[in-house]
Amino acid sequence: MKLCVLYFARLRDLIGRSAEELEIPADVATVGQLRAWLTQRGAPWSSAFEQVRSVRAAVDQAMATDATALRDGAEVAFFPPVTGG
Amino acid sequence: MTVRVQQQDFDVGAELAGLRGANPRIGAIASFVGLARDLNEGRDVLGLTLEHYPGMTERALGEIVEQARRRWDLIDCLIVHRVGHIAPLEQIVLVAVASMHRHDAFDACRFLIDYLKTDAPFWKKESTRDGSHWVEARASDDQARAAWHGAGPRK
Repeated sequence: MKLCVLYFARLRDLIGRSAEELEIPADVATVGQLRAWLTQRGAPWSSAFEQVRSVRAAVDQAMATDATALRDGAEVAFFPPVTGG
Repeated sequence: MTVRVQQQDFDVGAELAGLRGANPRIGAIASFVGLARDLNEGRDVLGLTLEHYPGMTERALGEIVEQARRRWDLIDCLIVHRVGHIAPLEQIVLVAVASMHRHDAFDACRFLIDYLKTDAPFWKKESTRDGSHWVEARASDDQARAAWHGAGPRK
């Protein structure tokens, strides 16, 4: 499955990129599993996900939970809790 | 219902006049303006940089407006949020609600800014004399949003 993964704010700074196109294994089917798969790739993903508390996720621009299913071609974003307004 | 994300500052008077238009049904407009403080958690703030998630921001704000419309009798809403560099004391966000009666406008305006604070993908980076850092989310913002669960009045 192919995904476009985006990072924002402090998470983007720590990972050192704002986007990446990824080919993920078939057993990575949810947001939670994607987060675990990214973390096991090692630095900088592991340290970034460890340093930013309560990382949030969105799938196709809608807020998601760890249980949210992924689909081929999805846009998945990870970011810190929001601080607008 | 208008949602705008922009770099440039806005004129509250002109925005409210635009929202009001010539609609004779509007009996009340409530508005909220969020400003950049020059002091946050004891530090002098030299400026803010606001980042957002283009596309998702507009969708999230539109969804928040739809939730407000389901709860209150609203005639129109306006949300303007700035991104990019913002100097201390400048305006960051405008939320304005037009309705027939004041209670719908007041309550919906507060609801919109409370939900915007926790659900819209914006992030603030603060510059201080010691360097710049990302602003941490506040638990009080989550509590303000949670307080709306089950709170009336609803339509």
